[in-house]
Amino acid sequence: INHIVHNGGLYKRPFNEAFEETPMLVAVLTYVGYGVLTLFGYLRDFMRQWKIEKCQNATEREEQKDFVPLYQDFENFYNRNLYMRIRDSWNRPICSVPGAKVDMMERVSHDYNWTFTYTGRVIKDIINMGSYNYLGFAQKAGTCQEAAAKVLSQYGAGVCSTRQEMGNLDKHEELEKLVARFLGVESAMAYGMGFATNSMNIPALVGKGCLILSDELNHASLVLGARLSGATIRIFKHNNMQSLEKLLKDAIVHGQPRTRRPWKKILILVEGIYSMEGSIVRLPEVIALKKKYKSYLYLDEAHSIGALGPSGRGVVEYFGLNPEDVDVMMGTFTKSFGAAGGYIGGKKELIDYLRTYSHSAVYATSLSPPVVEQIITSMKCIMGEDGTTVGKARVQQLAENTRYFRRRLKEMGFIIYGNEDSPVVPLMLYMPAKIGAFGREMLKRNIGVVVVGFPATPIIESRARFCLSAAHTKEMLDTALKEISEVGDLLQLKYSRHRLVPLLDRPFDETTYEETED
Amino acid sequence: MDIKHVKDYIYWLYYQYLLITCSYVLEPWEQSMFHTITVTVFAMVVYTAYVFIPIHVRLAFEFFSQIFGGQPESTV
Repeated sequence: INHIVHNGGLYKRPFNEAFEETPMLVAVLTYVGYGVLTLFGYLRDFMRQWKIEKCQNATEREEQKDFVPLYQDFENFYNRNLYMRIRDSWNRPICSVPGAKVDMMERVSHDYNWTFTYTGRVIKDIINMGSYNYLGFAQKAGTCQEAAAKVLSQYGAGVCSTRQEMGNLDKHEELEKLVARFLGVESAMAYGMGFATNSMNIPALVGKGCLILSDELNHASLVLGARLSGATIRIFKHNNMQSLEKLLKDAIVHGQPRTRRPWKKILILVEGIYSMEGSIVRLPEVIALKKKYKSYLYLDEAHSIGALGPSGRGVVEYFGLNPEDVDVMMGTFTKSFGAAGGYIGGKKELIDYLRTYSHSAVYATSLSPPVVEQIITSMKCIMGEDGTTVGKARVQQLAENTRYFRRRLKEMGFIIYGNEDSPVVPLMLYMPAKIGAFGREMLKRNIGVVVVGFPATPIIESRARFCLSAAHTKEMLDTALKEISEVGDLLQLKYSRHRLVPLLDRPFDETTYEETED
Repeated sequence: MDIKHVKDYIYWLYYQYLLITCSYVLEPWEQSMFHTITVTVFAMVVYTAYVFIPIHVRLAFEFFSQIFGGQPESTV
């Protein structure tokens, strides 16, 4: 019962993260399921090749049949034979603002998901558990919308130039000063697209002769940016500080591979919240390691800005650390601010350098003015500068919703991954047929969820990912939980062998969240 | 009422079988093919068990009882 302090007292609050192991029977049955689908996939491919069945997917032209085959790898096999069969759970067209409730156009398929037709009906008021609307700023009425409409009538919608040429509006300058003040850094710069912020700025910061240490489960934008830069990339295990320290030690001791010269720069790439796992980075330990081995830290707060921390300033505030310790703080405006675009914050010399040398600043169009105004209004709301306490109430509502939802799901017996405080909740499904079944059954009950399978996750660990929002009221969450429980019983999804005893009062072990009894 | 419960339960068991073996996502003709193959294999397993297991169990029982209880019988 003694509260043991690990890691030299770096953590000021308990860090509860759990990834329950896959039950053996479930793993075996998942492989059986994939085996059956693979056999039928081969059968269908055989029939398509011998023209017994009409081929509806993309193939090479007759003249190209002797060239290197384009569609024979596993990804395309998976796409034709497995993804097509359950494709109706993705790319669903919505026709209203993606707030807490959303309207969706109904569509049917008469040839097993190869083509879709709209019935013309609109399914109204679906509880939206899939949008990254963490603070509920995706609204069509309210202060943000009015301010954006005013700016739209003043500036128009298009910018028609890049930042370096004629696209640098006074709105952009205002936004960047505000972002720098929000984050607690010296200076910041905003870009038109969050993905492009990562992929176009990492090549500007590192090059050949530098080392990038990137987490196993980093987002595609970080991976693309790292590969485009031409630096050497080494991967450490997800959120594993021993693995990271070993890589750092090897890098310092051995230097570059052939010449043994010291590395020009070592950059550690981590994310604030990993969206597929729901885990939060161990930031105090990463910063301690960074200082000990004199390397640089690039923190991608795409999902955690606005969603973590007592006043919504992100993962740095959540752990109570100094923002000046993180060298490059990157984030996006897409998730918590209800807009689009990304930003990078840091020291003034860094941002001035990026203004000249970043590909995105030189070649990409800058942010559209109404979008900028939405960001400015929502950021002022979160900081409390618009004179109301709406922002603070939203941040607290999100934290409450997160805790409540996660606790209830764990009590029901589902396997939930990730940290207790992250608003991204992955619920494990494992079997491929259940991916399609879960999506369809939840839509029948008027709840919209996002289900994820291969290749975004490992092949047996498919999941349903819930994104909580401050716009969800407790009634909506209760309805959703009731339906999730019903579908869980129908599909037998309650795999967890650790039964949670409700309302525990014991102090937890600091790094894992094991439940023993029942 | 009871018949309805039993029928619902059996339908639920069939649904679980469809989900676990992934025949839920297959087209109807593929499902029929898969069910035929499964039922055939299962019937063969049951038939083999019915024909061979009692005989093998009896032979094994006689073999082991001959080892342990066989010595006193042979001296008489």
